[in-house]
Amino acid sequence: MAPKRANARDITPSSAATTQAGPTTAGTVPAATGSSSTKPHKTSTASLATKDGWEQVVGTVWNHYLEDTPQRTKLIDAFMAFLVVVGALQFLYCVLAGNYPFNAFLAGFGSTVGQFVLTASLRMQTTAANKSDFPAVSPERAFADYIVCSLILHFFCVNFIN
Amino acid sequence: MTAATSSSSLDLLASGGRGKSSRTLLRVVILLFIAGAAISSRLFSVIRFESIIHEFDPWFNFRATKYLVSHGFYNFWDWFDDRTWHPLGRVTGGTLYPGLMVTSGVIYHALRALTIPVDIRNICVLLAPAFSGLTAFAAYLLTNEMTTNSSAGLLAAAFMGIAPGYISRSVAGSYDNEAISIFLLVLTFYLWIKALKLGSMLWGAVCALFYGYMVASWGGYAFITCLLPLHAFVLVVMGRYSTRLYVSYCSWYALGTLASMQIPFVGFLPVKTSEHMPALGIFGFLQLMALLDYVRSALPSSRHFQTFLWAAAGGIFSVGLLGLVIATSAGFIAPWGGRFYSLWDTGYAKIHIPIIASVSEHQPTAWPAFFFDLNMLIWLFPAGVYLCFQELADEHVFVVVYAVLGSYFAGVMVRLMLTLTPVVCVSAAIAASQLLNNYLNLKSPKPEDHTVVEGVDVTATKKAKGGLKSTSKPVVGIYSLLSKGIVVASMTIYLLLFVLHCTWVTSNAYSSPSVVLASRMPDGSQHIIDDYREAYQWLRQNTKPDAKIMSWWDYGYQIGGMADRPTLVDNNTWNNTHIATVGKAMSSREEVSYPIMRQHEVDYVLIVFGGLLGYSGDDINKFLWMVRIAEGIWPDEIRERDYFTPRGEYRVDGEASETMKNSLMYKMSYYNYNALFPPGQAQDRVRGARLPEVGPTLNTLDEAFTSENWIIRIYKVKDLDNFDRDHAAAAAFDRGHKKKKGLKKRGPRVLRTE
Repeated sequence: MAPKRANARDITPSSAATTQAGPTTAGTVPAATGSSSTKPHKTSTASLATKDGWEQVVGTVWNHYLEDTPQRTKLIDAFMAFLVVVGALQFLYCVLAGNYPFNAFLAGFGSTVGQFVLTASLRMQTTAANKSDFPAVSPERAFADYIVCSLILHFFCVNFIN
Repeated sequence: MTAATSSSSLDLLASGGRGKSSRTLLRVVILLFIAGAAISSRLFSVIRFESIIHEFDPWFNFRATKYLVSHGFYNFWDWFDDRTWHPLGRVTGGTLYPGLMVTSGVIYHALRALTIPVDIRNICVLLAPAFSGLTAFAAYLLTNEMTTNSSAGLLAAAFMGIAPGYISRSVAGSYDNEAISIFLLVLTFYLWIKALKLGSMLWGAVCALFYGYMVASWGGYAFITCLLPLHAFVLVVMGRYSTRLYVSYCSWYALGTLASMQIPFVGFLPVKTSEHMPALGIFGFLQLMALLDYVRSALPSSRHFQTFLWAAAGGIFSVGLLGLVIATSAGFIAPWGGRFYSLWDTGYAKIHIPIIASVSEHQPTAWPAFFFDLNMLIWLFPAGVYLCFQELADEHVFVVVYAVLGSYFAGVMVRLMLTLTPVVCVSAAIAASQLLNNYLNLKSPKPEDHTVVEGVDVTATKKAKGGLKSTSKPVVGIYSLLSKGIVVASMTIYLLLFVLHCTWVTSNAYSSPSVVLASRMPDGSQHIIDDYREAYQWLRQNTKPDAKIMSWWDYGYQIGGMADRPTLVDNNTWNNTHIATVGKAMSSREEVSYPIMRQHEVDYVLIVFGGLLGYSGDDINKFLWMVRIAEGIWPDEIRERDYFTPRGEYRVDGEASETMKNSLMYKMSYYNYNALFPPGQAQDRVRGARLPEVGPTLNTLDEAFTSENWIIRIYKVKDLDNFDRDHAAAAAFDRGHKKKKGLKKRGPRVLRTE
């Protein structure tokens, strides 16, 4: 974490911002994708910080996000929010209606989670502020990687769906 | 072999003044030599004996491969095998790791397509040596990621190629899962390091693909599943979380887990068992870290806020852990498997799961084994780990974590020496090359005419100056040609001794097929003892194709593979109760065993008896495990204590306990054995015991076959008596006994107790 502090101001929001952008999903989302989105509620009650401080923080982050995020990145974020919603719906279905075709559930849920982290990776690699972390990865290369990985992912998912 | 290793150290000398391309050429040639050495040193068994599949498990793999080649992939995938575990059968396609068979099947068809007609057996026999060459190459790649010094990679490749710890599982004919999976293990680690260094999704995906291949090949994949998250976790705890870590870990985990679930045998395990939970937990944890990372970058000012974020991270981590514990106790997630427990508590298996403890390769490692298997690498290994500590980039943390974990596991279980070997080779190579480099290329205070390789060695020397105090002082003693010469010469001698040791160990300890035994005649010539194949051939030719053979599970795969007869139990020990049933039949009295055998439609009973030859791995020596395993299921009927003499000795001679003497196994082993010796002279050469003058009598079994050296004895189970007598009475009548009354009295009584 340490090296990040230097260029902290310029940094555009990372993956988790989307979950805050879609507060409707908070609280019901599954563990893997949603652990981040459930966090604000938990910490706000558990921590020593006052309610005002917390809201101020969220406000700052939100403004920071709106101001400093390029349009393309916002597109990615929208896709990620969509994935979170789809994943949450599947998880909800699994919890409420049972997990009978467990293969199908795992494949579907795995594909959303996998796609989510791949998209998050793409977002990290294309963000200008992270350039120093990825000297070998140009945005084009990142996108090509993303496509290949998604293809592999969905191949496995489709194969697993039974 | 000698040539390869010494040439790789020669490379250090040679690489001094060459151009880049010639050095690449040299490197390729050296790697080829190393691969050649690795392959050829594994051929002892083929040259000494013949091209034959070894041991026990490989016979199943071989049989499965033949099935795959002749029936095609889809039939193999859905294979239900009714010729094992009679009468249960085994869903073989869903309960094996198909990687090995598919690999050799692909090679077979590829060679066929190239119009090279090769017998599938030869592919199976030579698969492990071929892959060992690739493993050496993978070790080269992995080591090159650790150090900028390319000679270290070459040394690692050479070590990996000939280290006995790896050879033990990959000689020609040892057609086991480990044959290919050590290569996959090392390559997966290499790809992981590569992905982590570059922060590349693609490398992560390739890593996941090879991880999937590894999962398809060997149950040891759990080692990777635990090691990579541990590495990631250690990095995070060290405060080294980076977006590169996120990208590589997440792409590996997301793809790798899905890939692993494609294997029917693994199926839902990655989301259901505790072994896989660390990986999932770290995956979630990294998501959280990514969020925190972002939030913190958005709010650089508030220090207070930062600590509270940390508290949030810790809180969620512990909530997750708590959730895991609750889910485990509530039964959503299966608790750790027995084999896993025995990794933490070496006494666990012995108490709870005798079937696991009974396998010799699950025993804790003896100290000499480390030296025997790794020789001088074992003392270079800590030095290499120390050098990794000095640099301690992300990849060096990996070596350290791997070294700690691998050493522990190798100490707990003999077979896990295999997973330790790669890291030992890598870090030993780092240490050795550092040493050689320093002493070969060390610059004296006054500049010499040494051309330094790419500035690479400059850093190496600098590093050494930082590390070793002695080199940082401007004392001339260490720079003199003499001191350099002595160090380099002694290192070379060590390397040569290492090669000698490896060759010696390989040829003496690890190249025996154990299906064919070799002994020396008094004149020094070799005498082949081929009882196993003799007996299996007899079964193949003299019994019905569906005659059920009962034997202890060790021989199940061989009977299936060589005799092609159905068996009751085999080395795939999936059903403990079934094995215990066989154990009970073997360890009970005839009157108890006979109904069991009838119920299981046993036609023949096969046992291994080493008493005549002094072959110690026989069934009487394994007998106590049969008793223990049977006792686990029927504690009322079988008691281990009964098989010992009142003084607590395990004896087979006249003083053996009554239970022992009446057990079916004892009777089968020593039946008619007296006839070989003059009266009263019968002797068991394994246990050094003189047997009682009157040998045991068998009523319910007929001796059907005994091999040349009495190693294998096969008995036919008698059918029911034509006159509806019990077998004891019938046998007594046949022997012409006059005490019919007494025998008749004895007959019903024993039947009732059963």
